[in-house]
Amino acid sequence: MAMLEIKNLTVAFDTAAGLFKAVDGIDVSVDGREVLAIVGESGSGKSVAMLAVMGLLPATATVTADVMNFEGKDLLAMPANQKRAIIGKEIAMIFQEPIASLNPCFTIGFQIEEVLNQHMGLRGNAARQRAVELLQMVGITDGAERLGAFPHQMSGGQCQRVMIAMAIACDPKLLIADEPTTALDVTIQKQILDLLVSLQDRYGMALIMITHDMGVVAETADRVIVQYKGNKMEEADVLSLFENPQSNYTRALLSALPENAVGDRLPTVADFEDTDGGMSR
Amino acid sequence: MSQTTTGTEPVAPETQKLGRGAALAEFWHYFSINRGAVIGLVVCILLVLVAIFAPVLAPYSPDEQFRDALLVPPAWEDGGSLSFLLGTDPVGRDMLSRLIHGSRYSLFIGLVVVTVALSVGVTLGVLAGYFGGWVDAVIMRLMDIILAFPSLLLALVLVAILGPGLFNAMLAIALVLQPHFARLARAAVMAEKSREYVTSAKVAGAGHIRLMLITILPNCVAPLIVQATLSFSNAILEAAALGFLGMGAQPPTPEWGTMLATAREFILRAPWVVTFPGLAILITVLAINLVGDGLRDALDPKLKRS
Amino acid sequence: MLRYILHKLALIVPTVIGITIASFAFIRLLPGDPILAMAGQHGVSPERYEILREQFGFNQPIWTQYFQYVWGVLHGDFGISLSTKRPVIVDFLSLFPATIELSLFAMMLAILLGIPAGIFAAVKRGSWFDQMTMGVALTGYSMPIFWWGLLLIIFFSGYLGWTPVSGRIALSYFFRPITGFMLVDTLLYGNWPAFVSAVRHLILPAVVLGTIPLAVIARQTRSAMLEVLGEDYVRTARAKGLSPGRVVNVHALRNAMIPVVTTIGLQVGLLMAGAILTETIFSWPGIGKWMIESISKRDYVVVQSGLLLIALVVMAVNLLVDILYAVINPRIRVR
Repeated sequence: MAMLEIKNLTVAFDTAAGLFKAVDGIDVSVDGREVLAIVGESGSGKSVAMLAVMGLLPATATVTADVMNFEGKDLLAMPANQKRAIIGKEIAMIFQEPIASLNPCFTIGFQIEEVLNQHMGLRGNAARQRAVELLQMVGITDGAERLGAFPHQMSGGQCQRVMIAMAIACDPKLLIADEPTTALDVTIQKQILDLLVSLQDRYGMALIMITHDMGVVAETADRVIVQYKGNKMEEADVLSLFENPQSNYTRALLSALPENAVGDRLPTVADFEDTDGGMSR
Repeated sequence: MSQTTTGTEPVAPETQKLGRGAALAEFWHYFSINRGAVIGLVVCILLVLVAIFAPVLAPYSPDEQFRDALLVPPAWEDGGSLSFLLGTDPVGRDMLSRLIHGSRYSLFIGLVVVTVALSVGVTLGVLAGYFGGWVDAVIMRLMDIILAFPSLLLALVLVAILGPGLFNAMLAIALVLQPHFARLARAAVMAEKSREYVTSAKVAGAGHIRLMLITILPNCVAPLIVQATLSFSNAILEAAALGFLGMGAQPPTPEWGTMLATAREFILRAPWVVTFPGLAILITVLAINLVGDGLRDALDPKLKRS
Repeated sequence: MLRYILHKLALIVPTVIGITIASFAFIRLLPGDPILAMAGQHGVSPERYEILREQFGFNQPIWTQYFQYVWGVLHGDFGISLSTKRPVIVDFLSLFPATIELSLFAMMLAILLGIPAGIFAAVKRGSWFDQMTMGVALTGYSMPIFWWGLLLIIFFSGYLGWTPVSGRIALSYFFRPITGFMLVDTLLYGNWPAFVSAVRHLILPAVVLGTIPLAVIARQTRSAMLEVLGEDYVRTARAKGLSPGRVVNVHALRNAMIPVVTTIGLQVGLLMAGAILTETIFSWPGIGKWMIESISKRDYVVVQSGLLLIALVVMAVNLLVDILYAVINPRIRVR
């Protein structure tokens, strides 16, 4: 049995223009110590699916699934307080906009210690020491001084490191990273990816990497799910995906990588779309 | 498919008109979602009709005194009479007739005050925002000074200088309200001034006045409309307050605030002479504010629902 | 932080100078001869006219008059009231505590009810509670408070007989003021029945004066909360597994308070305007009633200085709010 197992997950939003299905019947499963990449354009529903796992969608969203289990426990059926004991502890998540994701009114220290307090019962000095240790683990060496800093005093890369520190604070079994490097400078992107992979390896977490960047996939993932307009197009291990893509859409994504450009023009996904704007498998 | 590819005929003027119509339709769509705003709008329209047809609707002249019917209670209370539906005041005038005629004053006050405040305020604000530098500094410091005084107090003092009366009260209120327009217009102009379409108009040789009035100003209209609505209701409230304090419209004018002032000594004996004029003010102001809220939500794209 | 405060202070300086010019100009803007205007219908004897002309310095050049006026103000000389013959500042200081007491309670009411109502409405957006609260808030915001006061008097004083109609305390009690705050003074004298009487006198005026701030604060809190609840950091807080209460009351509220504090500050000017009406209705012996009476008595020395003093108080409070704004906003406090 997989650690996280999702079958036929559907997420629909109630909008002014009617019901909109952001995720339409996808299956995802992740084992411990595995790195899974979910790839797709923005709007393909890849973040929404993971937010549904975390229970972070707004009230306008309706989440249904045949199975949505974490270590055999049904995430959909369990009461809210039980779920909150898992969220942030066993399953943690980091987001696309690191600066906006940290609360501007509280210090870094407060925000890290808050998780330790919530799930590990650590308080006072113990929490502070652990927070410094966590900052060390994510590559912030002057952690003791940094605890008193506010998010606006730090760079985007540092903020993402703090987010990672918060996420790994309680030794999670699964870390979900939602486009963790998209908002960062190119030079910082690589550092953050390396950090995530090394932490995953060192602490034996499973890692779900949501991205639209095939380069990120190649660098990090064991297995890949390709998603398009709310549907899963393809699932394969990373080597066979790059060598032998099964769906048109995957081929489109791969040929849109700069190094695959033919002639003067970089192909886009639209070149591979059917005439009705859809995509055949 | 064939239908979507027929857009080759020269239909530019048509589409432009359509575009404006569509914008209006979109605006109405967002406005009409808000139930309160629609109710407010209906009440406002009714009030305007009442004001226009006041002489027809009112059973009596607002100044006609019935000497044998002083302080008659409303029709549904003991001692009430069907000939005076809302009762009479201490000198025997029909409350309903006075209230109906009072709507003319309130709407007139709102209209005049907003027109004056809007035109003066926007002129100053646009000048300040467009020219910047010392023009901006002088104008905005002047606005700061006006805003430093509590509005009602400043209006009172101005009326004390000018002499009590409805006209002076309106002038004072307009002066007190216009800094808000000036600030809004200035901020909007400063934001728009650096946009590319303004630069391109400048390059095309547009003069200062053309740039200010025709190029920039129409793009700042939305917040000004909302502010104008809020000022309309504020003006009615302040004018009523001045009337209540004896500094606005003078008796026997059937202005609602003034009616309250003369009715004050009867509050415990004849509550209706106090209740109805205030209720009229509240309903009017509430209706306008409901419309204002609706306008703000419909015009502010940031708050639009996705 | 220090730079921010200095910047705010620097912005205030021209406004304060402008306020002094405005209040200085007031008497000289009165139609006709200012002294005759102040004297009113009774007129004034030629000897008294000369004395007054001398006293106001109207025989000197205008800029000398202005500097003498500012010089006087800087030394606490705000002139002598024409009606009470006491220095204006003395009257002001004896009446001001009554207005502060009333305003403080009105504001406390507005904040203690408005903020929770706004939070709850935002969290339960679209619910019946939200719709009802916002309906009531808009009604309160549209309220002609002078009528609202009369209505409450009709109901609570006239019909139910629960509260007195006017004044700060029953006439049978008299206290030499210690602090000037009736609630504090009655307690300092240890007179419990008097304290109860003072509270009963305070309730209705405070409700009336607090109505509009309450409505504004509830509306502003709701919209600030709605905006903040959609922010990424609130999602982060929920992703940490924190309870909904902690997410809302710690992470969201702390940020939503920043614009709310500004709104509360802006209410102070409105509070002074409201005090004029409230104090008139309830015969509350404060600054507002004093100003109205002075205007109708044509005591223009009081009007002039009252205008100046009130504007200065409002500016001072606004400065305090600006500083408070910086204190609760780390993005300004720490750079």
